[in-house]
Amino acid sequence: MAQRGIREYDAKRILAKHMRRLSKGTFKYRGRVVLVTPDTSIEAAAKRKHWVKTEKLTVKPDQLFGKRGKHGLLLVNATYDEAKSWLEEKMNSIVEVGKVHGKLTHFLVQPYVELDKEYYLAFAGHQDGDYIHFSAEGGVDIEANWDMVTTVNVPIDAKIEDVDLTPILDSVSNDEMDAFRDLITALFRFYRKLQFGFLEFNPFTHKNGEFFPVDTVARLDDTAHFLCHEDWKDVEFPAPFGRELRPEEQYIEELDEKSGSSLKLTVLNPKGRVWTMVAGGGASVIYADTVVDLGFGDELATYGEYSGNPTTEETYDYAKTLLDLMTREKVEGGKVLIIGGGIANFTDVAMTFDGIIQALDDYAEQIKKHDIKIFIRRGGPNYKAGLAKIREAGKRLDLDMEVHGPDMHMTKVVSIALKNLEGGR
Amino acid sequence: MVKPDYVLFDKDTTAIIFGNQQAAVQRMLHFGYLAGREKPSVAAIVNPSGGRKGLMKVFYGKDEILLPMYNKLGTAVKNHPDADVVINFASFRSAYDVSVEALNYPTIKTVAIIAEGIPERQTRQLIALRKKLGKWIIGPATVGGFGGGGFKIGNAGGALSNILMSKLYRPGSVGFVSKSGGMLNEMANMIARNSDGVYEGIAIGGDKYPGSTLVEHLLRYEANPEIKMMVVLGEVGGDDEYEIVDAIKDGQLKKPLVAWVTGTCAKVFPSEVQFGHAGAMARGEAETADAKNAALKEAGAYVPNSYDDLDKHICKVYEDLKAKGIIEEKEEVTPREIPVDYDPRTMRRSTNIISTISDHRGDELLYAGIPISEVIRDGYSVGDVISLLWFKKRLPKYVTEFLELALMITADHGPCVSGAHNTIVTAMAGKDLTASVASGVLTIGPRFGGAIDGAAKYFKDALERGLTPRQFVDEMKAKNINIPGIGHRVKSVHNPDMRVNLLEEWAFANLPKHKLLDFALEVEKITTAKKNNLIFNVDGCVGIVFVDIMHSTGIYTEDEIDEIIDSGTLNGIFVLGRTIGMIGHYLDQKRLHSGLYRHPWDEVLYMLPSETEVLEYRKAK
Repeated sequence: MAQRGIREYDAKRILAKHMRRLSKGTFKYRGRVVLVTPDTSIEAAAKRKHWVKTEKLTVKPDQLFGKRGKHGLLLVNATYDEAKSWLEEKMNSIVEVGKVHGKLTHFLVQPYVELDKEYYLAFAGHQDGDYIHFSAEGGVDIEANWDMVTTVNVPIDAKIEDVDLTPILDSVSNDEMDAFRDLITALFRFYRKLQFGFLEFNPFTHKNGEFFPVDTVARLDDTAHFLCHEDWKDVEFPAPFGRELRPEEQYIEELDEKSGSSLKLTVLNPKGRVWTMVAGGGASVIYADTVVDLGFGDELATYGEYSGNPTTEETYDYAKTLLDLMTREKVEGGKVLIIGGGIANFTDVAMTFDGIIQALDDYAEQIKKHDIKIFIRRGGPNYKAGLAKIREAGKRLDLDMEVHGPDMHMTKVVSIALKNLEGGR
Repeated sequence: MVKPDYVLFDKDTTAIIFGNQQAAVQRMLHFGYLAGREKPSVAAIVNPSGGRKGLMKVFYGKDEILLPMYNKLGTAVKNHPDADVVINFASFRSAYDVSVEALNYPTIKTVAIIAEGIPERQTRQLIALRKKLGKWIIGPATVGGFGGGGFKIGNAGGALSNILMSKLYRPGSVGFVSKSGGMLNEMANMIARNSDGVYEGIAIGGDKYPGSTLVEHLLRYEANPEIKMMVVLGEVGGDDEYEIVDAIKDGQLKKPLVAWVTGTCAKVFPSEVQFGHAGAMARGEAETADAKNAALKEAGAYVPNSYDDLDKHICKVYEDLKAKGIIEEKEEVTPREIPVDYDPRTMRRSTNIISTISDHRGDELLYAGIPISEVIRDGYSVGDVISLLWFKKRLPKYVTEFLELALMITADHGPCVSGAHNTIVTAMAGKDLTASVASGVLTIGPRFGGAIDGAAKYFKDALERGLTPRQFVDEMKAKNINIPGIGHRVKSVHNPDMRVNLLEEWAFANLPKHKLLDFALEVEKITTAKKNNLIFNVDGCVGIVFVDIMHSTGIYTEDEIDEIIDSGTLNGIFVLGRTIGMIGHYLDQKRLHSGLYRHPWDEVLYMLPSETEVLEYRKAK
């Protein structure tokens, strides 16, 4: 699908497996990290890894958000007992980070490292290559100190060995130069070979050929799974913080993975009155845009799409999931369902509409009970047959339904639908 | 004629399709036919997975036509040097390798990549490669596009009804480019309703790193004098749209541009939501749709307040250009008619068998297009008829002469060989001609008569790989394979096979070059030095001389020769020739009124288990 964030724990765990080989023996990274979750306690981890009890520890949430220190979610230089009680206090608590509320469920525990110098290193892909950003003034204030960061570009088809790293190592003393060069080279190989889109160590240090990354942020290109699954080994792609997947979203995600077509669903506001079931990645965004542009953003219940000629069965499953969500909470004034889409290239409109009609059959009574009006606009292969079928189904099931074809502007159906929202603004 | 750089597609553009995509091929052909193209827009299909070579049956207008199908991209490119587009339908796993290969062929200018989910690093490598080679990539993760009033990529443009509705069969004045492939038809429809239609429409695909960018296509449109205005549909995420802003500001883009960036809804979403497209995720304020729309507007593009008003802006810009006389009213063309809307289910049902060699339906029977009257009156020989029905063309005289020579030489070899023997035994059992001859024909195979194909194949392969005769003999020995075409039960160096001598004489007299025969004779020197009867036999000689003949005609490529050998054509010579002899043996037995044959028992060695073995077996049981 795209670049997706992974847990700091996973990034470090994977790095530990590759560091020695990729640095040609010049560096090691011990990968002393454990992940504490509601199911895997720190006690259990201590039984497997003796350092958990013997070393001073750093503990922090590992849920794809940063600035943990600033949010009071960072415990450093703590004993095992301190860490344990801190974890007990924070586990399953709800916190606010930025604009988002979410539950803390995953924590990273690692040995506390005393840093005499905080270095910064990041790799970031762009179209023609990858940037290496380096600074000897890393740490929490890196953004404020960004003018201290030096950057070199590695062209996409260049070997890292052929790139002169000297310009970014200005701030490093001469006797440390070789070690940094080896370290950056090894980490860059790791970044490139394992198909990261972004990888940041801030801060980090090294001592006697051992690498100490304190904080790590990583995004993997999940489309490379077929190339890297051996190296990644069960890596997890968690939903962004505060966006835990609902069972229905999970279900659609699984459906999507199994299918050659594309099926996406994000619930934005289950109490919303504007629901969309739109075909096509591009069109779905435009429908959501138009709802927002016309001032109904806060009523928009879902974002989603189905495309790539899904089967009747898949479309049925998708429509059923949506109708089920839609008919859970009764709202004063009723709701609208916009079954939209552009003019398809090769998705068979009649076949996909068969699936939608089956779902309407299942939920007809509920739809009426929740006072749901349905607005349809679609074009593409077999659209005439598809539209005729759904119009007929609407009559047969006595649903409040309006059906349009490609002769009407694609998003016109949105404004028509919104005007029909009783008590609309 | 050399096309200008800004033209990727026109009415003569032809493409090679990678992937067995019959429906997409058919849609491309229908499109081209509607638009009045002279020849189909698909030159060839590459079907790597099935490995099936041959022909794909498709419609071009009312006619059913056959398109060549290969199992290697390289062969298709070589045989179709005019095709400069590869449409790559390979899956995300292999799309990269196929695209690299395609880009590296000098005759290929544009590669369209359909697959979604290609790793970003691979796409970035492809972009670097295409820039180095000065070529174009459209995609990945796209349906493609259409343009020049006669070419479209795969499924772009959708159903015929849509192509007609949006008048895609003739070029309009508007150049359109979007990220989204799904919006391509929708936009073409909108543009057709508000202007004189699309000249070219490209969807670059929703990935973070598209193979070619929005601005690159807009710059092509700027350079194309047929295009008078442009429409671009961008998307939240990435900074492609700022390249457009820069291009407007520094004067590279001067034609009126209507623009809209989708994803304005992202601002009301509580946390990051990944849209359907991989590239659609705003990282930072500048990548939001609102910021990009504002920047485009500020640079001078026509930007509506919402997608809802995009159509009105297109209409206004178009009408302005028309009022100024920049766009002239074009005369509407009527598209050619296609009998029925395309439907893959009915199409596959239309015919079950393809025949490309003969047709009995007309006034006269046709052999490879030649009326039977012409065959008779113009004095075609039996060899000519064979060449029409086997090779679909009248081959030069020396070839047909050789065919006849080979038929005569292989017609019979006495009553003791397995084919004649079986025919005789069956005839003596009172069966009819068909059964008797069939039972003889059925013995033809790898041990009897069937070495012709094998000899041609192994010797040709060895020569092509540059092996010396010695290396070839050693290699076959190491693999423990008897060299087909070498060795005889009865004949030897001292008792040579006259038939082989005759064939060789003919070859030396009639062929300017006979490389494979020379090679085979060198091989024979080595093998006969080992053993007297390892001589070059008649099967081998027919096969090998025939390969030399095919080379000498100059009308066959190596691949085609291999295909002729692989399909068993050469064994056909033996089957046909020997059938003459077997029919003879059948008739001979009938004339003689021979009775049922029973093999004399003293000619059989009986070796059953001994009594003790049987006893032991019984005990054990």
